[in-house]
Amino acid sequence: MGRVKTIARRSFLIGSAAIAGGVAFGTYLYKRDGTNPLLADLKMGETAITPYVKIDAQGITLITPRADVGQGAWSMQAHLIAEELDIDPATATLISGPASAIYYNGVVGAESMPIAATSDTLLARTGRGAADVMGKLMGLHITGGSSTVPDLYDRLRMAGAVARETLIRAAMQQTGLPRNQLKTENGCVVLPDGLKIEYLDLAVLAADIEPVQDVTLRDPSQWRYLTKPQKRTDIVAKSTGTQIYGIDMVMDGMVYATTRTNPALGGELVGFDAEDARKMRGVQAVLPINGGVAVVADNTWRAFQAAQAVTCDWGPSPYIGDTADQFAAVAASFSDDHQDSQFKDDGDVVAALEGADVIEAEYRIPYLAHAPLEPMSVVVKMTETRLDIWTGTQIPRFVQANMAKLTGMDADNIHVHVLMSGGSFGRRLEDDYIGQAVEIAMQLPDTPIKMIWQREEDFTHDFPRPLAMARAKGIIKNGAVDAFDLAIAAPSVAESSLARLGQPAIGPDVAIVAGAWDQPFDIPNYRVTGFRTPAMVPISSWRSVGASGNGFMHESFMDEMCHAAGVDPLAERLRLCWHDPSRKVLEAVGEMSGWGSDLGPNRGRGLAFTLAFGVPVAEVIEVTNTDDGIRIDKVFVAADVGRVLDPVNFEAQVQGGVIFGLGHAMNCELTYKDGVAQQENFHAYEGMRLYQTPEIIVRGLENGEKLRGIGEPAVPPAAPALANAIFAATGKRIRELPLSKSIDFV
Amino acid sequence: MKLTVNGETHEVDVEDDMPLLWVLRDELGITGPKYGCGIAQCGACTVHMDGIAVRSCQLAAGDVSGDITTIEGLGTPSALHAVQEAWIDLQVAQCGYCQAGQIMQAASFLDLNPDPTDAQIDAAMSGNLCRCGSYPRIRTAVKSASSKLKRV
Repeated sequence: MGRVKTIARRSFLIGSAAIAGGVAFGTYLYKRDGTNPLLADLKMGETAITPYVKIDAQGITLITPRADVGQGAWSMQAHLIAEELDIDPATATLISGPASAIYYNGVVGAESMPIAATSDTLLARTGRGAADVMGKLMGLHITGGSSTVPDLYDRLRMAGAVARETLIRAAMQQTGLPRNQLKTENGCVVLPDGLKIEYLDLAVLAADIEPVQDVTLRDPSQWRYLTKPQKRTDIVAKSTGTQIYGIDMVMDGMVYATTRTNPALGGELVGFDAEDARKMRGVQAVLPINGGVAVVADNTWRAFQAAQAVTCDWGPSPYIGDTADQFAAVAASFSDDHQDSQFKDDGDVVAALEGADVIEAEYRIPYLAHAPLEPMSVVVKMTETRLDIWTGTQIPRFVQANMAKLTGMDADNIHVHVLMSGGSFGRRLEDDYIGQAVEIAMQLPDTPIKMIWQREEDFTHDFPRPLAMARAKGIIKNGAVDAFDLAIAAPSVAESSLARLGQPAIGPDVAIVAGAWDQPFDIPNYRVTGFRTPAMVPISSWRSVGASGNGFMHESFMDEMCHAAGVDPLAERLRLCWHDPSRKVLEAVGEMSGWGSDLGPNRGRGLAFTLAFGVPVAEVIEVTNTDDGIRIDKVFVAADVGRVLDPVNFEAQVQGGVIFGLGHAMNCELTYKDGVAQQENFHAYEGMRLYQTPEIIVRGLENGEKLRGIGEPAVPPAAPALANAIFAATGKRIRELPLSKSIDFV
Repeated sequence: MKLTVNGETHEVDVEDDMPLLWVLRDELGITGPKYGCGIAQCGACTVHMDGIAVRSCQLAAGDVSGDITTIEGLGTPSALHAVQEAWIDLQVAQCGYCQAGQIMQAASFLDLNPDPTDAQIDAAMSGNLCRCGSYPRIRTAVKSASSKLKRV
């Protein structure tokens, strides 16, 4: 038997090191020595030393560092490793792993660069390479931007292959057999006589072996899990009430807390009177925190009740407080001194518009809340030597750094345990709620504290998707779209959210124009300009980020132009589209929906296309104009992620994205009065419910060159496809979201 | 007061007006029922009282007048209820946070109406919010569970 090493926490992160009686594997494509391994090799596609597989006597543990917020990331990461490791992912334990720079995201940074996903120029490749290096250097341990699959597709399969080959090497030592006589199957090395040695029994031996680096990834034709319908690793737990979310953690001696901070965003707590609250049953403490108060009790409901009983004297919000004024600020930012970007400027738009018969339109989209169904919640415990945090978060390493700042503790002593999230849609890219719980813990050391926000606190303290406006101009020439000029004004998400993460936001904010400037159309005169509205209420990324609203603006105007030209919206897009995978999704959705066939009276069909996060998505929506309002009958979606790794979850994510896009487009907005969000709960922010849900028919295409993620890309085309269908059915063009301000829905 | 939850009787010392949800979660440690809105708008807290689906965030502890069943009492990973089986077969859950409530709603509904029409399913399930948009699969799973239950 090999010897069992004891190692420090740091060395766990490096390669194949022994862990209490077992072994941890990682990939080893980087030079281990050298003064700065991260800078030593800037080539694309290379991965850092990344431990993802742990084996000990208890079993196999797979480390799945990307957060699962419902998109199925844990299960997909496990399947990627398992495919090469030759285990059944259902038999492995999945853990998130520690917050670590090793788990950097090398893809998400490229989303903040003005590089079209369809571009493969030297500049584009260099930019993506820089994003990869930036991810490494900054240790961006972050989940978002539909990046889990593109970022980890190779890295995790490689980790699985390295672990497998190293276990085989251990079996070779034990049996004296050569490599070509051994194979692997279901967690075992199989000998020529059919005898099996379990991986678990090889772990200790493997700990003494230098990980095998020269591994070849399997050809897709040999895959057992990938591209086949997968069984989500969490599906049983989530169907039996046994999945533990951040809100469900229970610890001995735990107390329950909630917070109430100034609903007028950014306003101070001038003073408070907690005399009544302190007398209430079960209340243990009422504590001041930044901008408000925290109540600690022996039961969450008692904490909620007491928090309401605290009388607070709130200061005013420093921000433009009323939504009408917020829109006025956006409108005022369409000016040269607010111009942020002009990444698209083909032909000569100015000359084309000069003296021509110009079609003009103005679009508006509102602030939107994330409102994941699990309200912000976290369990924390702080002692003199360490701080433990259990919660659903997409940014464990930023949490670690920010809480180090807040507490003065060394970041190494702050342990972030990432739990399953009950939704996020981008909300858990913020750590404000964690900071509040830590503020409580600093005042109540050694006590585990579970902090849960009331839903009203959640809605009124969101960092919403920003409002935006677009002004569009176009001309038709010879029955075709000849000039298309889209100006979009919005506050900058990057400026707002990066500041909270302690990072600078340099240069233009791509999100202001994402999903508009980067569309694969050859229009002779085609320009997209971004204008940055000065910061107002704090904002952040919301499922599909900038494209979530820009898709509506771009595709509504495209539809208007097609109708003005008297051309078929599908035929015209196909004529203008130069990108083959995009053309194919357009053709597919046309075929699926029977585009062009007669729908009968009071019915209409709308088309929209958006390429976002590298995924071209085309959607056709059929509606009926009934006596009770618009009914959405059917949605057809074609999307191309390069390769569909799990057809089950692919369909689920596309359907979910469509429903998310449609529900918010129908009836959701966050409006403000004196800096206070006016929608406090789901009665005022419904989204889609089951009775309104159409049949959604999904097709995955695989013509794209690169693998892409599908959590977000189906969202942007949903709103414009619906608005365009409403126009087709009713003749009414709606240029403002939510649509319910202009029309009724069934 | 005494509460019978999943076949077990508990003596709890709580205010009459404490919602059942918080008795279950914080006093009894039964965390399957979820807090989502607190005002009966989302259905994540749905449990059964004598087999009927109720929103436990709106049911005061003092008003509990029957046996309570939570998702944990409906079926377990090793002994699934037909509705849970359907939910697993069809892989309904995404984030899964609403699904305990969805399943409890569906189980009670199918108990009362074993052979529902599509419109009845839509009406019965529309009080349960899913932010991830798993509705198409919920619809299919309710139908599948209905057939499963009929075969039993």
